[in-house]
Amino acid sequence: MLWDWSFAISIIPTLWEGVKITILATLLGSVVAAVAGLAIALLRRSTSLLVCKPVAFLAEFFRGTPLLVQLYVLFYVLPDIGITLSPLVAGVIGLGVHYATYTAEVYRAGIDNVARGQWEAAKAVNLTASQTWTRIILPQAVPPMIPALANYFIAMFKETPLLSAITILELMNQARSIANFNYRYIEPMTMVGVFFLVISLISVFGLRWLERRYGRVGS
Amino acid sequence: MDYSGYIALILQGAVVTAQLTVMGCALALVMAFVAGLGRLSRFGAVRALATAYIEFFRGTSVFVQLFWAYFVLPLLGVELTPLQAGVLALGLNVGAYGAEVVRGAVQSIGKEQREACVALNLTRFQAMRHVVLPQAIVPMLPTFGNNAIELLKATAIVSLISISDMTFQAQVMRAQTGSTLVPFATIMVIYFLFALAISGAIRALERRLTRGLDGVRA
Repeated sequence: MLWDWSFAISIIPTLWEGVKITILATLLGSVVAAVAGLAIALLRRSTSLLVCKPVAFLAEFFRGTPLLVQLYVLFYVLPDIGITLSPLVAGVIGLGVHYATYTAEVYRAGIDNVARGQWEAAKAVNLTASQTWTRIILPQAVPPMIPALANYFIAMFKETPLLSAITILELMNQARSIANFNYRYIEPMTMVGVFFLVISLISVFGLRWLERRYGRVGS
Repeated sequence: MDYSGYIALILQGAVVTAQLTVMGCALALVMAFVAGLGRLSRFGAVRALATAYIEFFRGTSVFVQLFWAYFVLPLLGVELTPLQAGVLALGLNVGAYGAEVVRGAVQSIGKEQREACVALNLTRFQAMRHVVLPQAIVPMLPTFGNNAIELLKATAIVSLISISDMTFQAQVMRAQTGSTLVPFATIMVIYFLFALAISGAIRALERRLTRGLDGVRA
């Protein structure tokens, strides 16, 4: 039972269908994580204890529980209370919200890194709160965060195989169905592993470039 | 509807999850030190081996590694029980992340410490064992705690290779009772309590190891 090249080549088109879903889920999940993470970071800075404490607790809770269980909740529990999501929407929300709790920490560190004088200067020239955020703070805070954010997006990419558990036909699920159908595991599983490894190694170089371009948070 | 039997089932699953977490962490800890120190070796071959291990396990998803260990290794003549495959995949994966923590912490120890070791004529092993590691352990702890929580969360995926851990038992309960909220809410709370226990234990360990060091450490 060793490697069979003709079988390996014959399954590439099916795996490619999965790759497309994997990439789509990663991109959409990254957008959700980027936006929701910023929202969490801003809400946690709220001066109202009724806002910042519950948000902080929920973020901790989502970070301390497995993504797989959260996906099950989105996929199995929500329909019982009348919210039916398509598997892909549930998967993207699950990935995005789970990783938002991580990106929120990146935003927090990045925002804390903006010098106090900038806030004071914004106040001195009479900018409103929203002008201060959009014109002064975020433009300075965001570029140094980019490498750290990208790091989490890569981590999210490596978690997309979990989506197969809620019936999404991404790469891992395609590989599993090929394997179960033909009863050959070695080629599909290995090819999925190689795919993730190649993308990860490429992204390591991408990250180094981003770090050179934008610097790191805290340096 | 009486759920008590199912809650007992979930608690049995919680024991399996705890076992997987503890065994996975033990393997991860060993691998973290072996590979982390391996990356700092003066022998090029050892460094290359450690780097290959770290990049391989950080680069491929833990999910893929688990399925590979469970479905492909038997074809290559290595029969693993699901539990062994789970511990192996989780431990090797998290160990690769831990190795970078070990490397970073060891490298952060000041150059003058190493020079002092040379001046005292300590061997490389003695310097590592008595001077560098005792100082490097403390800064490793918080990240090790985070890694342990990542491992705890990753144990949920072993339910997909038929290990009856907590997530598996919750699925059993869902399939048999049709109730969805009770099983998943229960296991989420238990996972969260486990995560709190890990971070609490790490903080206690940190206090214990830094006792009497106030003002000594920078």
